[in-house]
Amino acid sequence: MVAKRYDTAFDLYPYAKVADQDAAPVRHPVVIVGGGPVGLSLALDLGKKGTPALVLDDHEGAGLGSKAICFAKRTLDIANRLGASQPMVDKGVVWNVGRVFHGDGKLFSFDLLPEAGHRNPAFINLQQPYFEKFLVDAIRTAQEAGAPIELRGSNCVTGLTRHDDYTTLDVDTPDGPYQIEADYLIACDGARSPIRDMMGLTFDGRVFEDNFLIADVRMKAAFPTERWFWFEPPFEHSGQSALLHKQPDDIWRIDFQLGWDIDRAKELDPDRIRARVDAMLSSQTGTVPDYDLVWTSIYTFQCRRMKKFRHGRVLFAGDSAHQVSPFGARGANSGVQDSENLAWKLDLVLKGLAPDRLLDSYATEREFGADENILNASRATDFMTPKSRVSQVFRNAVLTLAKDHAFARPLVNSGRLSVPCTYDGFAHFGPDGLDGPKGSRPGATCPDAPVTDGFLLDHLGDVFMVLGLGNATLSPVQMGAVPVQTLSIKAPSPELQERYLGRHKSGVYLIRPDQHVVARWAEFDAAAIKAAIATAIDKR
Amino acid sequence: MALTLMPNIPDPDGFYDELLHAHDALNDQESEAFNARLILILANHIGDRAVLRAALEAAK
Repeated sequence: MVAKRYDTAFDLYPYAKVADQDAAPVRHPVVIVGGGPVGLSLALDLGKKGTPALVLDDHEGAGLGSKAICFAKRTLDIANRLGASQPMVDKGVVWNVGRVFHGDGKLFSFDLLPEAGHRNPAFINLQQPYFEKFLVDAIRTAQEAGAPIELRGSNCVTGLTRHDDYTTLDVDTPDGPYQIEADYLIACDGARSPIRDMMGLTFDGRVFEDNFLIADVRMKAAFPTERWFWFEPPFEHSGQSALLHKQPDDIWRIDFQLGWDIDRAKELDPDRIRARVDAMLSSQTGTVPDYDLVWTSIYTFQCRRMKKFRHGRVLFAGDSAHQVSPFGARGANSGVQDSENLAWKLDLVLKGLAPDRLLDSYATEREFGADENILNASRATDFMTPKSRVSQVFRNAVLTLAKDHAFARPLVNSGRLSVPCTYDGFAHFGPDGLDGPKGSRPGATCPDAPVTDGFLLDHLGDVFMVLGLGNATLSPVQMGAVPVQTLSIKAPSPELQERYLGRHKSGVYLIRPDQHVVARWAEFDAAAIKAAIATAIDKR
Repeated sequence: MALTLMPNIPDPDGFYDELLHAHDALNDQESEAFNARLILILANHIGDRAVLRAALEAAK
């Protein structure tokens, strides 16, 4: 039997008995445990490349409740490459105006004024169950086109045995237990990762002694699509900070930072929550709009990561490997970046086109990404919850100055939005032979830019790409069976010129399947490109 | 030169982190003394009395 731990918002992969359950343990190239944003995007990426991916999940769909609600541009760019982004952007809420309050007064408001010339907005607000549903929709479409992806619901991994080059899994189902084997096991099973526990691995970091009350409310009232954030809000029992922002379906997410010593049962009393929400909603307009409480919960958080994301044939991705505070939306977003980093490497290794040690670079690159996210999330948390008298004094000095002086506003930190890290100085990148714009240097994700038939990122990724800009003349590059494509843009748009060439008239970029820049040069040189690809796939 | 009140510090989050970490091992009295020394050092670096006077005004 498989115990139900939570209700689902959408049933996406109902249990069905499969032949594996009546056979001797069947070997699969990749078994992914956990059908959340990380596991699903990994399966979709692998399957579209033709590498079989099996997802096991102990439920049958997307869990109900307050989870990730903010998906950043990089995640949407990845989803676009996977053919899943359009419904997300259509459904999601885009906001640009934010207001910051301190106590009774408004400090300042800001307009994000996103840079033009990108397919996707800086981020959207979208409930995680929708994100998962749209990924599963894209998986179903890919399956119809022949992608070897399989989703097994109500399949709960209860045990594992590690061998040198594979892992045996004990799986429980409504029809009883069975076993399967995995060449590579990918644990995308969340912050409480049962796989991590079964392997006796630690998950160390910093506990933040704070409780946050979440209230998702539905209201039809005309209320501006803005993000409102209060430091030391003036409403009764409102805690040390409060946040209001909009999600699809007329739902508003409200967070109250309650502090550490609280009575959880008392704080979850609907009347007490409604009193807080009334005070917040009426604080700027004087009236309380009609609303329903649709979800409430209290959460605490930690910033921590596994020491190593790779343990032989078992790799960890997403929350199972790293956990951050929610400020800055670095949980699900960084997890999807993990899966994108891993997908193309696993694909090449399983096809025999790259050595197994290429997967070590997944771990080193994403451990670095996790450290950057933890640093940013910890800084935001420290600003919101000063830990000493002097940090409280500085924090409030910043807030006081921010009202009148622009210089103090960049110091106000209620979360820095997730942006992908740049792998500066990592072994699998380089050389930088262009002296070009900083934003497209080796290690960075490719900035988007308009091209004649849409956007640049529509044409990059999935395989290694050689991008020739301006006067550069390209020839086909043969790298054995490793797929390499070329793209030549003779007349770059002004944005493309600015973001990739700067003052130069020509440039040649080598771009990884995950849209990170490997290397760049002023002119085309086939031998240099082949050497850089060899570096990128660890073929010495 | 006029007092700069527009953003002027690269990597503001990193600077703020460094500023607070400088107080890590200090008690309240030591922190206050540290801040005073820091203000005097920065004031000397600025040097311009008109700018310093404008800064005193902005901080009120």
